[in-house]
Amino acid sequence: MFGLANPDRFLRFTRPLTPVLWGLAAILLAVATWFSFTAPEDYQQGDTVRIMFVHVPAASLGLMAYGALGVSSFFALVFRHPLADAAARAAALPGAAFTALALVTGSLWGKPMWGAWWAWGDARLMSVLILFLFYLGYMALRASIDDEAKAARAAAVLGLVGLINLPIVKFSVDWWNTLHQPASLLRADGPSMSAVYLTPLLTMMAAWAALFLAVWLTSIRTEIVRRRVLSIRARRALEA
Amino acid sequence: MFDLDMGRYAAFVWPAWGVSAMVLAALAARAVIAARRWSAELKRLEDEPRRAQGVRSTVAHPE
Repeated sequence: MFGLANPDRFLRFTRPLTPVLWGLAAILLAVATWFSFTAPEDYQQGDTVRIMFVHVPAASLGLMAYGALGVSSFFALVFRHPLADAAARAAALPGAAFTALALVTGSLWGKPMWGAWWAWGDARLMSVLILFLFYLGYMALRASIDDEAKAARAAAVLGLVGLINLPIVKFSVDWWNTLHQPASLLRADGPSMSAVYLTPLLTMMAAWAALFLAVWLTSIRTEIVRRRVLSIRARRALEA
Repeated sequence: MFDLDMGRYAAFVWPAWGVSAMVLAALAARAVIAARRWSAELKRLEDEPRRAQGVRSTVAHPE
């Protein structure tokens, strides 16, 4: 596993894996979309139940991507490994996009179900908004410091601090009163959802996870290549 | 049966799916375009010395 921390080995290992993930994501997305629009409408929520099939994957991937960013930041800080820093950087944009999608689709679901687009002070909504702000802060910090090594260290510290927010997002529905429903998938007594909705939801979550992995690996590979380009340019500038 | 009639909730369901599709497509396109751009730049930089060497050897040893 640690052998993959070598950028050349990582590039060799992920070269055949990346197209497989892109293909898997495309197939799973098509199947999950089919499942999503062949599921019956819910007796209480009507057709808005179909928003769940994009909202839940977006929210869970927003959390998972931040987990990847935080753990990579830890390895980048402790072991100062450039691949870990590349992995953290590559997780930021997709994670921010997923979290923004969770907020937007949640709002579109909340209006017909709760009668409100947004509730200031709601623990789940606010903790997800804070997660989104951590992503924005991470990307802004990296972009605002010219020295890439300094930017990486500062951003890694922020990335680590943001990890504190993940359990707050997850357990906010248990710890505080909130409009948001409690967990219906990750529960001690198993999912509380009917199979007609569970199957499309899990398929869609697998599709989004495959897409995230494809985007993430492709972006890490690109980051390695980008650093080589910058290094060659710097070397030639010195030689000239 | 494929059900595309969202009834009175169409104004909420379709924007949610539409914005999701757009964001996923944009993420995928950005990752692939950036990968191609930087790979092409690396190849160009790696080929540069070889091309320069080729030009020099032609000058040094004209046929």
